[in-house]
Amino acid sequence: MYLPFLYELRARGVPVGTTEAVQLARALKAGLHEQSLDGFYHVARALLVHREGHLDDFDQAFLKVFRGVEVESKKVQDELLEWLKKAMPIADQLTDEERALLENLDPEELQKLFEKRLEEQKERHDGGNKWIGTAGTSPFGHSGKAARQGIRVGGPGGGRSAIKTADARLYQGYRQDLTLDVRQMQLALRKLRTYVRIGGDEELDLEGTIAATAKNAGELEVVVRPPRRPNTRVILMMDVGGSMDPFALLCSRLFSAAKKSTHFKELRTYYFHNCVYGRVYETERFTDPVRIEDLLHECGPHYKLILVGDALMAPYELMSPGGALSYEGEERMEGISWLMRLRNHFRKSVWLNPEPPRYWEGNTIENIRGVFDMYPLTLEGLGEAMSHLLRTR
Amino acid sequence: MSEFARFTGTTTYLTSPSLESAVNCALALERPLLVRGEPGTGKTLLAEAVSAALDHELIRWNVKSTTRAQDGLYVYDTVQRLYDSRFQDKNVGDIRQYIKLGPMGEAFAAKKRVVLLIDEIDKADVEFPNDLLNELDRMRFTIDELQEEVAATQRPVVIITSNAEKELPDAFLRRCVFHFIDFPTPELMADIVRVHHPDLEDRLAEQAIEAFFELRAMKRLRKRPSTSELVDWIAVLRAAGVADVKLEAALPFLGTLLKKEQDLVAFADQLSGGKRWRS
Repeated sequence: MYLPFLYELRARGVPVGTTEAVQLARALKAGLHEQSLDGFYHVARALLVHREGHLDDFDQAFLKVFRGVEVESKKVQDELLEWLKKAMPIADQLTDEERALLENLDPEELQKLFEKRLEEQKERHDGGNKWIGTAGTSPFGHSGKAARQGIRVGGPGGGRSAIKTADARLYQGYRQDLTLDVRQMQLALRKLRTYVRIGGDEELDLEGTIAATAKNAGELEVVVRPPRRPNTRVILMMDVGGSMDPFALLCSRLFSAAKKSTHFKELRTYYFHNCVYGRVYETERFTDPVRIEDLLHECGPHYKLILVGDALMAPYELMSPGGALSYEGEERMEGISWLMRLRNHFRKSVWLNPEPPRYWEGNTIENIRGVFDMYPLTLEGLGEAMSHLLRTR
Repeated sequence: MSEFARFTGTTTYLTSPSLESAVNCALALERPLLVRGEPGTGKTLLAEAVSAALDHELIRWNVKSTTRAQDGLYVYDTVQRLYDSRFQDKNVGDIRQYIKLGPMGEAFAAKKRVVLLIDEIDKADVEFPNDLLNELDRMRFTIDELQEEVAATQRPVVIITSNAEKELPDAFLRRCVFHFIDFPTPELMADIVRVHHPDLEDRLAEQAIEAFFELRAMKRLRKRPSTSELVDWIAVLRAAGVADVKLEAALPFLGTLLKKEQDLVAFADQLSGGKRWRS
């Protein structure tokens, strides 16, 4: 009853491992659950769940495993103690490396489980039954298919109140089914930091002080210097609408990661549709246009330019002077020329593409890759792109 | 496992079984307790209650955006030492007097078991929690300048609070006992309101709480009002002599509850049955 519960949790994407299992066993041995299912529910929740996004999964797993089962709590404890006896030595024998290895295995295993569940979901949907659970919980979930569906596990099951608590599914609102989460992106973006010392003198320069004091024949000479401040200026331009819709979530996450990053001296964000033509926009609804001319005038070549888009469009939209449809006059220039202009202005630029690299041949992506260095919008690609932006030519 | 003091709440701090259970797990397993929840749900007060109930001293560490992990352990005042070296009144050879323990250092060094509150850990840099992992695990650290180790004889009870919205690193989360403080139910909210406004008319209290929860239920609000805003709002209503409120377009003193312009717009929109745009 105990182990299946842990696996049920894992299947739902709650990352419980050996550590959590051993912790729970220790807590139960200490009698923290007071030999009741209620107590077990609370103890297990405190120890197995680490973020509120998983509380809903926990409730569902708890329901599935413990619903309708007449639990003799004494038996549960015995079973657990038995398990503990077996499990503890194994856990102790693990060396740190082995443990690290175990942790590393998790994603693959999760992936398998996720795929399996996705299959299952299709079947049940076709059958017209309501899918129980949410396929989107896996960290590998993709948008669209795995719609978050609240389930009604119906009927009063004669359960005790822990079951009722779980049944109420109070934490549904806190679910967060993330692919590449904001934090991971934030960490990747952190690579871009560089610092300079400007502003008021607030920090003790230890080496400077020693040198100055020595020069001063031992008479103390305190040297202070300004603290380090971030010095990276970034322009983020994002393709929205049309073929980018499937990636909207991913892009909005990159966006919030960039916005949350405090280590940029300046971050400018703009939107465009399909390709950059004469102007970009400050909002997703394409209001507040900013002319590229003005932008290049304001921002020197030391800004780092990050473009995000699938780079997929009809060839004429990129190659013919009238591709932008809505513009006239001086802005009647091919999209590709505008891109080249951006590329030539900034010393460092990069294009992030959410389309997987296997689709990068034989379409407009190929053309745009001729202009910009392109990286896939994955955690790895993001990291590489950031390194590229830092490299000095 | 040895017996440990159990936490069952205090006279002024109401607990729930799940909260008690989480605190007791943290006590028994000697792990940090991470408390998350919306603002105004009493996260910080929990540490005070635990400290009062167990009769341990409370050491606070209020984290700010500039806080570094090192600050919590100890600070070595080099400048003071340099200055003192110019005069002969102090023995600058004794580094000890220039080492000042931070809140975490103090908690480890304490003779008796203490409660250490690390408040609003999410305010600091993203890497901050990771920098604390080792110290929290082993409950000891070394002062490099003295080549001395500060180790906790009595592992302190560590309570960490964090806002619901921010992400914390996985490695850090794994080491903590987790508890999410729910937003108060309407019944509990009524009790809370009564504590703040003991002589409030029942009818106004009911209406205000009802309007408040309906407002919170609105999906499009960026910042949902919390307990403290409700308490303020009721204070304003009473001061202005408003006798009854209903959730209509003209909710009096709406500014006390909704603090963002978009929210006020969204509110007006929703009530007038305006067109819904993509959320």
